[in-house]
Amino acid sequence: MTTNEHLTRIVIVGNGMVGHHFVEQLIQQSNEVYGKNQFHITVLSAEPRLAYDRVHLSEYFSGKTADELSLTSAEHYQELGVDFQVNARVDQIDKQAKMVTIESGAVFEYDKLILATGSFPFVPPIPGNDQPHCLVYRTIEDLEAISASAKVSKVGVVVGGGLLGLEAANALKEAGLKTHVVEFAPQLMAVQVDVSGGRVLKDKIEELGVEVHTQKATQSIEAGENSRYKMVFADGEILETDMILFSAGIRPQDKLAREFGIVIGERGGIVVNDHCLTSDPDIYAIGECALWNNFIFGLVAPGYTMARAAASNIVGGDVVFEGADMSTKLKLMGVEVGSIGDAHAREHGAQTYTYEDQVAGVYKKIVINAETNKLTGAVLVGDTGDYDTLLQYALNEIDLPEFPESLILPSFGDAAPTLGADALPETAMICSCHNVTKGDIIASLDGGACDLAEIKSCTKASTGCGGCAALLKSVTDSELEKRGVEVKKDICEHFAYSRQELYHMVQIGQIKTFDELLSKHGSGIGCEVCKPAAASILASIWNDFVLEKPHVTLQDTNDTYLANMQKNGTYSVVPRIAGGEITPDKLIVLGQVAKKYNLYTKVTGGQRIDLFGARVEQLPLIWEELIEAGFETGHAYAKSLRTVKSCVGSTWCRYGVQDSVGQAIDLENRYKGLRSPHKLKFAVSGCTRECAEAQSKDIGVIATENGWNLYVCGNGGMKPRHADLFATDLDTETLVKYIDRVLMFYVRTADRLQRTSVWMENMEGGLDYLKDVVINDSLGLGAELEQQMQHVVDTYQCEWKTAVTSEQSRKRFRQFVNSEKSDANIIFVEERDQIRPATEIEIDQILGVKKPVKAAATSINIVEVE
Amino acid sequence: MSENWINVCTSSDLVDNSGICALVNDEQIALFKICQGEEQFIYAVSNWDPIGKANVLYRGLVGSIMDEHFVASPLYKQRFKLSSGECVDDDSVKITVYPARITDQQVQLQIVS
Ligand SMILES: Cc1cc2nc3c(=O)[nH]c(=O)nc-3n(C[C@H](O)[C@H](O)[C@H](O)COP(=O)(O)OP(=O)(O)OC[C@H]3O[C@@H](n4cnc5c(N)ncnc54)[C@H](O)[C@@H]3O)c2cc1C
Repeated sequence: MTTNEHLTRIVIVGNGMVGHHFVEQLIQQSNEVYGKNQFHITVLSAEPRLAYDRVHLSEYFSGKTADELSLTSAEHYQELGVDFQVNARVDQIDKQAKMVTIESGAVFEYDKLILATGSFPFVPPIPGNDQPHCLVYRTIEDLEAISASAKVSKVGVVVGGGLLGLEAANALKEAGLKTHVVEFAPQLMAVQVDVSGGRVLKDKIEELGVEVHTQKATQSIEAGENSRYKMVFADGEILETDMILFSAGIRPQDKLAREFGIVIGERGGIVVNDHCLTSDPDIYAIGECALWNNFIFGLVAPGYTMARAAASNIVGGDVVFEGADMSTKLKLMGVEVGSIGDAHAREHGAQTYTYEDQVAGVYKKIVINAETNKLTGAVLVGDTGDYDTLLQYALNEIDLPEFPESLILPSFGDAAPTLGADALPETAMICSCHNVTKGDIIASLDGGACDLAEIKSCTKASTGCGGCAALLKSVTDSELEKRGVEVKKDICEHFAYSRQELYHMVQIGQIKTFDELLSKHGSGIGCEVCKPAAASILASIWNDFVLEKPHVTLQDTNDTYLANMQKNGTYSVVPRIAGGEITPDKLIVLGQVAKKYNLYTKVTGGQRIDLFGARVEQLPLIWEELIEAGFETGHAYAKSLRTVKSCVGSTWCRYGVQDSVGQAIDLENRYKGLRSPHKLKFAVSGCTRECAEAQSKDIGVIATENGWNLYVCGNGGMKPRHADLFATDLDTETLVKYIDRVLMFYVRTADRLQRTSVWMENMEGGLDYLKDVVINDSLGLGAELEQQMQHVVDTYQCEWKTAVTSEQSRKRFRQFVNSEKSDANIIFVEERDQIRPATEIEIDQILGVKKPVKAAATSINIVEVE
Repeated sequence: MSENWINVCTSSDLVDNSGICALVNDEQIALFKICQGEEQFIYAVSNWDPIGKANVLYRGLVGSIMDEHFVASPLYKQRFKLSSGECVDDDSVKITVYPARITDQQVQLQIVS
């Protein structure tokens, strides 16, 4: 361990969500206050990995990997200069010597110690609760154990009908188990909802096939007769099950405080003040292990606020923790539940309005104060559409409307009185995960942010639990509107339309050429922005040959010359090698052609071979030879499908579960030539080891035992984005159907040069919306999108084949109209046995230009130009 | 003295709304023909892209900004006005422009040596 004497040493025990947030906060606040990181930070994590997103833990069951859930990585901590150890449980604190010891015996000295040890699941002391298939739900390892157990079980019981219990029950149900929920209290979710709400919730959950048993106290867990175990209840009844999941509440992990003399609460929890300081002036406690005002906050947002407060106290700032709102909105097994503030109407003088629709299974209640002018709480079951509005009323103490019941009564015709973004004060909290207020959003607009994506990236709003997405958008839009920013989407001065609008005009108006589009809807002669955009739209819809007369002058140079221009004006040539599979014979042809034309060769990241240094006039000659050998164009020059990368798959690999190469080739052949708003990259992996890196692609496909998992809208490059898991265990037919629809929807609706990742980030409703459109066909567009894709597939042609056989097209591949000479300024030199473009200095030397030569290149081999 | 017009190619060698390149006294010259409504414009400029440092301008896209015709470099996309040679995106560079015309189906340039 490297210790720097000048830095304050901070040791953090626990690297859960809150412990990790503290690391980020401390560094950020230190940078703000001191202009640099003043701290030497050491993180000690008892788990075998660094922090991950526990809130979305259940997504592990729907295919998210541990990597995708992670909130940080070893590299990230290294970059930040943070020391860390995993599998490092702290078991001793020496407050006098100011050091902690981990189980292995290693010792760490601190100036300030942060306890962020979280909590652990409470397992009721029932005889038999320690058997192999009695499990809990807290860590990734727990989930792995549950998965393993579910595979050998038919029936599962969740003990505990709270928020987490129901989430766990959903997981068991999804795993195909007959699922029961056993609850000690008379109702479900007793913390968040009232008795009536609990009843509606129970009905809805039972409708989904999960059996709910309330008022049941388990006395023992014994060997079962038909199943593995038998639960015996106090009332004498029994329930047979193969596995049991305890979710009967959490307990603060305060063991260290208890053992080493730090004050804890009567019922546990490390007592802290508003600065999150414990009874020891150099020890802080934050997150679920901390007890503030005799209260444990079992949610992530208050934990984050504590982390901010503790960090602030350390750097001399003034952020304090003053309690937190515990309102929640969630969807459990498709049932929406919301709870705000004083849900049980316990405050003095509280009065309520209730609405229940037994037919649809909707229950809503609002709680108002004694003065009947403010909202203090609410319960929503079955429909949380009013949640955002109600929450803002409660949090910002906004005066209630004349008839408060109008807030929850169904509206017929007239829109419900939603609270416009305008009505919110600047202090209104929009994103509680990242502590972003309406004022912060306004400030970032003042600071130059000009759209939703920019606000998200500079404030982090809506990047935590994502619950505030809709609210964030409406606040942003209304602020932009106020500034008179008409969110302008005009593509350029020649068309007062967005790409999406142009797309519609071309399609609806059956417009076939740019000239027609310009004369009907535009002005001037067009430019380098609208021409390629129009060319792409025309190609996506009609798929004519891009070098046909009306289209050829619209293309960017790469499209015009069907090759990629390099820095010295020469081109690179990339034939398609679908799925990266190539025969030795074809490989030899590539070598021969490269040799004949003296091209530089390099293997690309997309598993093909790039031939560099072709002069414009050589392109048709090179392609004649390549076509002769059976190659076709690779579209490396176009905004269209580039490659479908694959691993070798089940045919050869010991771990592969499907033929990923075959699938990759089929997909590549289907979508090759599709013109799109930007380039498209795919990959197919033959198993979850993911050697093809499908999750960094626009379309990623990963083989499973049962079919294919589809990922969408990933990106490598400058701004990497993990692809989102879109659907699981698909057969090939459904896979292709979904890809058809996703891609065509992208082609229709994206902005010019917008990659799928940015398209997704900007999509209102995000992934869920896209799923709705594609999987549930919510817009009724499915068949049309597929049909359109089929048209593109059916009209595919190899552009190079068409180009070399057309006299008209070939004429364009001339350097000079009036001479057979080559461009004398294109000069290559040799490096590592291949050509490369000469540098400027080298060119001057070679051409004998009398200019002061700064660095004389030694021994340049000029490559003959014929 | 006088006019000094040189024939470089025929008008049928030109491509509507696009460029071609001619070699004149070892100079590379990009020739553009722009059709706007009934009108036709012929431009001749140096083919050398002073920013990308390569002979590529004839392969750029042509367009208009505020009714001025330009070619955008295919390398780094800077726009050069075809009538004056000025670079819209960078004041510090300029390309040479040459008078051009069509006479008797011949594209002619005037090159002052
Ligand atoms: C399935 C599930 C769903 C949830 N859903 C939501 C939700 O929708 N919304 C919401 O707000 N909250 C939700 N939560 C709660 C949320 O995850 C917690 O509030 C949050 O994780 C608390 O963070 P923490 O850092 O305090 O504790 P933790 O994340 O539990 O981290 C504590 C860490 O400290 C480690 N540790 C403990 N003792 C030691 C020691 N002696 N030495 C070293 N390390 C130690 C632990 O191993 C653990 O890694 C959910 C929780 C679960 C389990």
